[in-house]
Amino acid sequence: MSILVDKGTRVCVQGITGRDGAFHTNLMLEYGTKVVAGVTPGKGGQKVHKVPVFNTMYEAVNKTGANTSVIYVPAKFATDAMYEAIDAGIKLIVCITEGIPVNEMLKIYNYLKGTDTRLVGPNCPGVITPGIAKVGIMPGWIHKSGPIGVVSRSGTLTYEVVSQLTEGGLGQSTCLGIGGDTIIGMSFIDILPLFEADKDTEGVVLIGEIGGTDEELAADYIKEHMKKPVVAFIAGRAAPPGKRMGHAGAIISGGTGTAEAKISAFQKADVPVAQSPLEIPDLVKERV
Amino acid sequence: MKIHEYQAREIFTQYGIPAPGGAVCNTPLEAKEIADKIGKPVVIKAQVQVGGRGKAGGIKIARTPDEAEKLSKEILSMEIKGIPVEKIMVAEYFDIKEEHYVGIVVDRASKRIVIMTSPVGGIDIEQVVKQTPEKIHKANIDPLIGLENYQIQRLIAPLFTDPELRKEVILIIKKLYQVFIEMNCSLAEINPLVVTSKGELLACDAKINIDDNSLFREELAKLRDPKAEDPLELAAREAGLSYVGLDGNVACIVNGAGLAMTTMDMIKLYGGEPANFLDVGGSSSPEKVITAMKIILTNKRVKSILFNIFGGITRCDDIASGIISALNSMEVPHPIVVRLTGTNQEKAQEMLKDTNLNFAASMTQGVKKAIELAR
Repeated sequence: MSILVDKGTRVCVQGITGRDGAFHTNLMLEYGTKVVAGVTPGKGGQKVHKVPVFNTMYEAVNKTGANTSVIYVPAKFATDAMYEAIDAGIKLIVCITEGIPVNEMLKIYNYLKGTDTRLVGPNCPGVITPGIAKVGIMPGWIHKSGPIGVVSRSGTLTYEVVSQLTEGGLGQSTCLGIGGDTIIGMSFIDILPLFEADKDTEGVVLIGEIGGTDEELAADYIKEHMKKPVVAFIAGRAAPPGKRMGHAGAIISGGTGTAEAKISAFQKADVPVAQSPLEIPDLVKERV
Repeated sequence: MKIHEYQAREIFTQYGIPAPGGAVCNTPLEAKEIADKIGKPVVIKAQVQVGGRGKAGGIKIARTPDEAEKLSKEILSMEIKGIPVEKIMVAEYFDIKEEHYVGIVVDRASKRIVIMTSPVGGIDIEQVVKQTPEKIHKANIDPLIGLENYQIQRLIAPLFTDPELRKEVILIIKKLYQVFIEMNCSLAEINPLVVTSKGELLACDAKINIDDNSLFREELAKLRDPKAEDPLELAAREAGLSYVGLDGNVACIVNGAGLAMTTMDMIKLYGGEPANFLDVGGSSSPEKVITAMKIILTNKRVKSILFNIFGGITRCDDIASGIISALNSMEVPHPIVVRLTGTNQEKAQEMLKDTNLNFAASMTQGVKKAIELAR
């Protein structure tokens, strides 16, 4: 088992005819992902890497049974793509797109509440269940199937941590990046219960960063509800306040969102916090 | 993105939020003319995008046009928190009876828009939140529904009793919400919202921050004042990089924000001081590497440079070719440490084998080497 992405995952690529969409469709197919459809309005009838392209999500879902969508469309059109996927009954949306306006994301977040669609992202690398399927842009070859769940607000930092885990002999059940923006779909406290309930996950690595209070909420959740061990890492200890560190959401403002506050919240919840990504595999091994 | 008070005031005026009469200028003589036209005492305010300008002496009251000229000259020659004052706002001065606060922000935790009011205006609202939280009134707005009348009623009840004033305040709050939505704000604030001794309502200060992700809208992007920004951060952004300058001497060039922050953290952990945050982004072309190097080299504190690249989407050979072009096109007086892992790493290593760079097999090794070379 795994979370969010498994053997039953049937992917539709929104923006499949674009440069990034086509490129990553190929890589996802090579990894073994069942990419069953693509959507680009006005380009229905074409094929991209043998995947049929449709004009609308309704058509794609009805004709191919797609249940997961991955979005590569530009920021201006990404919210429309998300609404369309939600209305077409997609169960999991993975939005890779960076730069979506915050007020648009506020609406999407609140609109999702009345549905059974889940959203990962935006501004994220996606979700991978090693050996089964990858839905996103992460390099597949660094992953190995195994018992560790990985959830992160970052992209390349996650790759760094995953490759440390793999080198240290610790495979992964599912790895996902939930996105670096201020307003994102699923946050740590939505993902942790899934790992807790997943039979094949024995421990979780949580990679947070400065900005917001999602890590503090995660620490509370772990303390109250989780039996499986969690190891954390927080990026941005050396970051100055008031400056956006690359990610839209990575900013210490008005004294909230500091690395110290997050680290201390995890320590209070008995969650070990690695000082460097290198320490993570050993901290996991001690507990799993 | 922050914008200036005078720009925010213009936007408020367009939406019909009442503000004191006045204008913006950049010479003492113009200030005198504006004061003369107003024909009453004026308040002169430095237009800088930092907090605490009042305490720093950037806000002064002038009773006559001549005094306005003299005080403007003083303010225009000031630097506030390192930022030279380029423009001043000259506005009619009023005797103040009450000062209130109205602000609208995006609330990350609740994923909603939050509107706040307080009868304690004119001072930093964070301070009010900390010291007298009972004097802050809040309403959560569902972005799909918008601001409802009952919410405004609840917010202003503790602030205003006069029925006429309440009618006016309701309109002001509705207009402020409209500004917030239509201008893609992350913050829209009137602090203070003043009741004058004659009973008029006026927005005596205006503050707007615009969501960086909305700057594809030209009418919003053109509000940016490049002079209000750090020149290196500006150059980086224009090249599609993300850069923040710091005080240390170990420079780093990294792909991805999380890894870039971690690289800084590691430099500190092993006893060094990072000179910057620099994320070259996902699909990094050789040109981006060259720009990154140029930016790093303008920082005179830098003693060594570390490349920390984990190639996923970023191809290591693209980075390598950027490093080679940079070395060929400019004088690089500092030692360079290179850690390249991932997509096309063998190709990159082959390309760089005849250079005198220092190679590191891991992030830790690279960080330690770069610190050693900076000593």
